Amino acid sequence: MIYAFYIAAAVAIVSTAMVIVQMNIVHALLYLILSLLSVAVIFFVVGAPFVAALEVIIYAGAIMILFVFVIMMLNLGTQSYRTEKGWMRVWTWVGPVLLASVLLADVVYMLVSPARLPGGGRLPPAFVRPYAMMVGPRAVGVTLFGPYLIGVELASILLLSGLIGALHLGRAVRPESFIGPVSAKKPGSSKKTDRGEGTVKK
Amino acid sequence: MSVTVQYLIIVFGVLAVTLGIAAMLIWVERRLLAFWQDRYGPNRVGPFGILQPVADFIKIMAKEDWIPPFADAPVFIIAPAIIVVAVLLSFAVIPWAPSISVADLNVGLLYFLAFSSLGVYSVALGGWASDNKYALLGALRASAQMISYEVFMGLSLMGVVMLAGSFNLRVIVEAQRKLWFVVPQFLGFVIFFIAGVAETHRLPFDLPEAESELVAGFHAEYSGMKFGLFFVGEYLGITLISALTATLFFGGWLGPVLPPLAWFFIKTFFFIGVFILLRAALPRPRYDQLIRLGWKVMLPLALLNLVVTGGIILAAR
Repeated sequence: MIYAFYIAAAVAIVSTAMVIVQMNIVHALLYLILSLLSVAVIFFVVGAPFVAALEVIIYAGAIMILFVFVIMMLNLGTQSYRTEKGWMRVWTWVGPVLLASVLLADVVYMLVSPARLPGGGRLPPAFVRPYAMMVGPRAVGVTLFGPYLIGVELASILLLSGLIGALHLGRAVRPESFIGPVSAKKPGSSKKTDRGEGTVKK
Repeated sequence: MSVTVQYLIIVFGVLAVTLGIAAMLIWVERRLLAFWQDRYGPNRVGPFGILQPVADFIKIMAKEDWIPPFADAPVFIIAPAIIVVAVLLSFAVIPWAPSISVADLNVGLLYFLAFSSLGVYSVALGGWASDNKYALLGALRASAQMISYEVFMGLSLMGVVMLAGSFNLRVIVEAQRKLWFVVPQFLGFVIFFIAGVAETHRLPFDLPEAESELVAGFHAEYSGMKFGLFFVGEYLGITLISALTATLFFGGWLGPVLPPLAWFFIKTFFFIGVFILLRAALPRPRYDQLIRLGWKVMLPLALLNLVVTGGIILAAR
């Protein structure tokens, strides 16, 4: 099982790197899906199958939306490919890579030196003994709706406001029901406005 | 050692049986459609035309495997494989009989939902990589349709999960010994089945390929075995949704006299028949009607079902 963890981790790192260096945006998104799937496998291996399944369900849907946005809003083609290629000069990525590898060295040092960890342990126990603690759907549910209820409620309010905002932006505008800054004047006046929506004469 | 061998037999047996069913369905569907439309259907190859899939397979393998020069080749090639792999992996959690299932996962139902959400990529990527306006329109329709219907497909199953107290499909089947879940969860069953038809983009919900307006939709540019994989993926999807409907709402392998495996197959094939009858009987709705049905009727009904079921369980406790 520990091998499954390292294989999935290697796939995650490589695919995430490929997301960044890909010139074609759709190919980058495909690597992003792969990266998320390998993270799901890691969750599964360390004993959290519920989180693994949710990772796939939620993130797969989310990346699908991104994919649709890319198709609808970006005009893909050889030109965007060349633009991306122009951004990928050596000097643009050498700096970030150096800084990130310093961070990586820091993390590795923290992981391998036992004295630095507060518990004195070497690695988190779940990594050493997979399935040592299986977190099932019930455990997640009890925790979410027990001590973390306020977090769930806040997140749902945030999502609800997003939903209402999307509904507001996407609603069909009928001239007679348009209430906005431009119709402070008499509704139905055929004056030209910069909005263009509320100006249709009944 | 013998346990390993037994397990390998189950794994490859499930793989062979599901692929065999999917291939035979091509013939079954044509014969059944012909029966309902008062004609013969394919009856020349072998007894009753039962070897028709073999003839089709030989023909499709001999066809030219054409990748359009304007297509995005890697994505174009990988797209048809995704749907077959995703659906075949979902079969791993289906309990065929008390001792026959590949994986006894405690999040089995979520596992199925996860892979069904990956199936969308096949259609969307195939349509995008074809670089053809009909294919792209089909792909965009497919992504909107499948994402919309996935939402309440999951919600409609939560009633079953609450009644059984587990996501494990085996536990769900065992919980139906006294009463099939179709009785207390009739609304959930109807919603799940309609969502299943939309997920497999079968008629009447085959808007992504709608041959009368989009030529062939997302697979307009596909030929040879790549097209064949989309085709097989669709039939695998039908089998999967039918098997899940039988498992979740109709007691899976449970039943008197006959062995468990026989009951499972009888129930599954009944729902496959319903899928084909739907195709023979119903016209295709307009696209906006399809999406409106999803968000304005099915989603509220699924939520209502969830709240009422939860309330009753809480009151009965």
